[in-house]
Amino acid sequence: MELQELINSLSLEVKTPELDLHREVTGGYASDLLSDVIGNAHKGNIWVTLQVHLNIVAVASLKELAGIILVNSRNPDADTLKKANAEKIPVLTSTLPTFELVGKLYALGLRCR
Amino acid sequence: MGNGADGIFFLTGKDFNNAGTASSNLKAVLERMGIAQDIIRRTAIAAFEAEMNVVIYAVAGMMKYRVTDTEISVTVQDMGQGIPNIDLAMTEGYSTAPDHIRAMGFGSGMGLPNIKKNTDNLSVNSIVGEGTTLEFVIQIKD
Ligand SMILES: Nc1ncnc2c1ncn2[C@@H]1O[C@H](COP(=O)(O)OP(=O)(O)OP(=O)(O)O)[C@@H](O)[C@H]1O
Ligand SMILES: [Mg+2]
Repeated sequence: MELQELINSLSLEVKTPELDLHREVTGGYASDLLSDVIGNAHKGNIWVTLQVHLNIVAVASLKELAGIILVNSRNPDADTLKKANAEKIPVLTSTLPTFELVGKLYALGLRCR
Repeated sequence: MGNGADGIFFLTGKDFNNAGTASSNLKAVLERMGIAQDIIRRTAIAAFEAEMNVVIYAVAGMMKYRVTDTEISVTVQDMGQGIPNIDLAMTEGYSTAPDHIRAMGFGSGMGLPNIKKNTDNLSVNSIVGEGTTLEFVIQIKD
């Protein structure tokens, strides 16, 4: 599934509008622990988290993730967005809490792989 | 390739806004050298975890790297509290990260295990009250 489709289906707000959103999402991972994501997320995954600190961009970039969705309308730090643009990691936000957002991602066919 | 490279980056404890800079600089060096993607990814992950541990648990440190035709070796040395029990620290899930560090998403106790998983050789030496030295090697297969 393409990231842009996912954004439309889930009415996500795009915090990095300069970035190309036509990229393939291979699956998903949900965690608020950075080293857990480093250890267990897969390349191309969309990452669901409530962390907003700029280190999330470093992690997403290391793992070549398709993007980051912040839950509960969390606002990314200004530094986070600056780094996200530099590293070309899309940052999106959802009004939903993790549980509901992940349920919807699963219903769209995404799995943890 | 045929050419090697080496260099050093300095790390500052508690400097969370620059944390990750050394490992992304190292990644950029390796990319410029044309090292294989998978090797770069593994090196960058190990370097990031080691760098974050210095930022979280130490006062200051440095990351030295050397690239040859056959391997990438990285030494991350810090001045800090040290690790009293290295076997315990290497155990997945073991963490002494305080609450304010956990709130930032650290403290799952997976950093050292992630380094181990992504490298071909890892050694950890530490003196309590003085500091910690991590050395890891990633083989470059052609
Ligand atoms: N450079 C260091 N100096 C002092 N103690 C360290 C250092 N690196 C690791 N430790 C100790 O080893 C423990 C385990 O480290 P590890 O990186 O595996 O997990 P963590 O940093 O606690 O959490 P995570 O890496 O998952 O965010 C740490 O909680 C800390 O007690
Ligand atoms: Mg760690």
